[in-house]
Amino acid sequence: MTLLLEQMLNGLQFGVMLFLLAAGLTLVFGVMGLINLAHSSLYMIGAFGAAWAGSRGVAFPLALLAGAGSAALTGLVIEVVVLKRLYARDHMDQVLATFGMILFFNEAMAMLFGRQPLMAAVPGFLSGSVELIPRVPYPIYRLAIIAVGIAVAGLLYYLISHTRAGMLVRAGATHREMVRALGVDIGLLTSGVFALGAALAGLAGAMTGPLLSVQVGMGDRILITTFVVIVVGGIGSVRGALAGSLLVGMVDTLARAFLPGVLKSVMVATEADAIGAGLSSMAIFILMAAVLLIRPRGLFPSHG
Amino acid sequence: MTLTRRAALAAAATLAAPALVRAQGPALKIGMITTLSGPGGYLGQDIRDAFALAIESGAFGAAKIDLVVEDDGLKPAQAKQIANRFIKTDGIKLFTGVVFSNILEAVAPDILEEGGLYVSPNAGPSSLAGKNCHRNYFVVSWQNDSLHESAGQNATALGYKKMYLLAPNYPAGKDAITGFKRFFKGEIVGEGYTRLDQTDYAPEMAQIRAANPEAVFQFHPGGLGIAFLRQYQQAGLVGKIPMVLAAPSLDATTLAAVGDIALGMDVTSHWNTDLDTAANKAFVAGFMKKFNRVPTYYASQGYDTALAMAAGLKGGASVEAIRGALLKADFSSVRGKFRFGANQHPVQDWYGLRVERAPDGKLALVTKGKILSDHGDAYAAQCKI
Amino acid sequence: MAKGFAVRREQVLGVAGLLLALVLPNLAVALGKPDLVTLGTQIAIYAIGAVSLDLLIGYTGLSSFGHAAFFGLGGYTVGILAFHAAGEPMFGVIPGATEAWIVWPLAIGVAGVAALAIGALSLRTEGVSFIMITLAFAEMFFFLFVSLKTYGGDDGLGFRRRNGLPGVAPRDDVAFYYVCVAALAAVLFGFSRLVGSRFGRVLQGIRQNPRRMGAIGLSTYPYKLAAFSIAGAGAGLAGALHANLLRFVSPDMLHWTMSGDFMIMVVLGGTGTLFGPVIGAAVMVLLQSWLAQWTEHWMIVMGPVLVLVVLFARRGILGLLR
Repeated sequence: MTLLLEQMLNGLQFGVMLFLLAAGLTLVFGVMGLINLAHSSLYMIGAFGAAWAGSRGVAFPLALLAGAGSAALTGLVIEVVVLKRLYARDHMDQVLATFGMILFFNEAMAMLFGRQPLMAAVPGFLSGSVELIPRVPYPIYRLAIIAVGIAVAGLLYYLISHTRAGMLVRAGATHREMVRALGVDIGLLTSGVFALGAALAGLAGAMTGPLLSVQVGMGDRILITTFVVIVVGGIGSVRGALAGSLLVGMVDTLARAFLPGVLKSVMVATEADAIGAGLSSMAIFILMAAVLLIRPRGLFPSHG
Repeated sequence: MTLTRRAALAAAATLAAPALVRAQGPALKIGMITTLSGPGGYLGQDIRDAFALAIESGAFGAAKIDLVVEDDGLKPAQAKQIANRFIKTDGIKLFTGVVFSNILEAVAPDILEEGGLYVSPNAGPSSLAGKNCHRNYFVVSWQNDSLHESAGQNATALGYKKMYLLAPNYPAGKDAITGFKRFFKGEIVGEGYTRLDQTDYAPEMAQIRAANPEAVFQFHPGGLGIAFLRQYQQAGLVGKIPMVLAAPSLDATTLAAVGDIALGMDVTSHWNTDLDTAANKAFVAGFMKKFNRVPTYYASQGYDTALAMAAGLKGGASVEAIRGALLKADFSSVRGKFRFGANQHPVQDWYGLRVERAPDGKLALVTKGKILSDHGDAYAAQCKI
Repeated sequence: MAKGFAVRREQVLGVAGLLLALVLPNLAVALGKPDLVTLGTQIAIYAIGAVSLDLLIGYTGLSSFGHAAFFGLGGYTVGILAFHAAGEPMFGVIPGATEAWIVWPLAIGVAGVAALAIGALSLRTEGVSFIMITLAFAEMFFFLFVSLKTYGGDDGLGFRRRNGLPGVAPRDDVAFYYVCVAALAAVLFGFSRLVGSRFGRVLQGIRQNPRRMGAIGLSTYPYKLAAFSIAGAGAGLAGALHANLLRFVSPDMLHWTMSGDFMIMVVLGGTGTLFGPVIGAAVMVLLQSWLAQWTEHWMIVMGPVLVLVVLFARRGILGLLR
């Protein structure tokens, strides 16, 4: 029972980690209709930026800022130079161009920082663990990730539903021409939204760096999972991204933790381990296919 | 910077070249198909750099060597294309470089059927070590299982009775668990398979805590291992449940990335920076001087592969003659003792290492003692050459 | 007039391409680069996969991100049958096979049926959801083959001989090259007929205006499903040939980056054209091979090239030629 509770907490935490990545991706899709594969590159740049700053002795919160900032800056540059021209284009073109960007950024980072993974440590004040569930120590750093995730969700909610910029974002997603007719500089709006999305990806990279391995191509692995999240949640909707993240995080974690055990009760142990691992890899894709078949536009489709 | 691919590394060009080189033109080409891009890129980079270092430091004597390196991008189809071009257009007969076993299983048959010679600086899958062994196929590194057999032996020697095992769900991961079990005498209280695309190990940490073993054996090479160790520490397991590892899970690069977390962990390896042989001292010093980083065991294997191939080239110009000389393994391996077994895989010693803090404050893998002597592998008996 | 001109251009291009393909082996010998034959084989095989994907992207307006699944299934059909031919029968009853006339139709069939099943479900969605659901099914197959220990899992499955074809020596690379070129020519011919038929016009109607097709009382679903299944079968043929070229199959064939590569070939060459995907496949394979020979940092060049093509060659390379 304790184990189940602990695994659910793990699922929640993994979900929040996914949300940090998914929020930016879904926002960019919602407002600009852009499928941005290079989101994974922004995530990687955030992680590298923070790790580099950390290795220079910069305090952790400032290193986070450096990570998010470098991603936002990179995002701004690629938005203005390339992506702006792609908003009105076919999804195929967007996939092709942003895939090209992944290749570029992966190699650029390898040339700048080398192919060896970088050192990234948990700061002193966030190391250690607390016993949320009796006799189960839980890492403080993972709790910090949950806290940051909740803060980001709150901030986005406030931005989108209570500010003028947010109103424009909502309007821009559904009636782009109308917003333009009202005299709003839509270019400034899309740049701003993209930079925000990039900063969130960078923050996700900077936060997860000390948990994972900061190296070239680190975002490519989690990119597909992030897409699963935003599709399950309803592409374009931040609320959907939150729901999708938690659901995917929970399903993935619980499947990995308990599927082999369940299978062991019906078949030979070694077979069960291998098949269980295979099946648990498929779990989130089965979830996505099922959700799409029942609700083709995801759990929380955005308006319009 | 060695940015260009064709690092034409010629040694002692002014001296009279031996007959075999003159017969084949200005320089003897060695084809190196390796993984340089993506997350596994640093492994290929270390192998390539160390091989080049061996050429530079005169391992091949007066023979001019042209090392042709190309990145396989960890894609079997791409590796096959490269091999095909090397064989047919460039007329290359000597090959090395492959890091990952899935690439090796794709290209090795092509090279061998065309009469080429392949010397592996890293991958040594079981499928090519037993009844599918080949007289032109040599492995200088290890047979995959022995990495983990030595860890199993180490766990037994350290007195652990109850172990928890964890590896990714792919052939090398399954080999790891099989190899470990073959030499571990105690009880296995739990066993788990992770995924290659996995980044979050929280569920596994919970399973380990629930199983409460005396120690954990986990096999997660490269970046996977870094993530695993960091999360192991944050889960509060470091210092509570010790870890026994094989070389790929904690190499010099991993150690540099995880830092103090690894302090006190037990690793087994066939080589270490502090092995006290003249060849090794020269190699470690030369590598640090040239590349300004601590060599990993991958680098040592790349270096040894170059030495082994150089020894082979002393036998003559034909592949058959090179093969014959190579088989004698007449070179000063950086590992000390080295010979080839019946399946042309290494028979070598394995050492127990521990992560300790050196007097200068840096962390280092320190050799603690010999775990296995003259250790071959379980598949040699099935090989009929 | 303009249309007639374009068609004539296309015919000229086709004849020129065919001539080049026919003399390539001689050219390779003359240039002293015999490996060009294998490179040509690879191009022909990828082109078959890309042409079949273009039936979906270019003609029907369905952006499938799971084409690698059918490519891989075709490949694994060859690999698994070869595996069982050399050892025990599958499940103790199904014998293996190594003859091309048995194995290749089977590979096409397996891929086609799988596409029928996946398409039947996926086509209930559209737009981005369709892209993602096809990706999801492809990933499921990817993980399935990764966890199948019997067939090598992640390490893949090698086999000794190519499938037997009467009159073709199994080790003859040039002969196998011509087999692949012939297969590509057959696929191109078939597709040009298909696209010109009533079925093909309905597909293009669906792409341009699905609502109008509905309004004239046409149910689009069966047409889309048929196109999806045919495209899957085409990818299955490509996969079978690819397995034969490498004499090796691995989950790598089903990875999402492979689906991405096929998409790139189609967009690079020009969507909705007959020869566009062929040109896309050729450029992609050659560029990758040459850049990688030139520098280990080939990706830093390849990436921007893709971006530039999207920005400045809106109708692909073929669009530039027009």
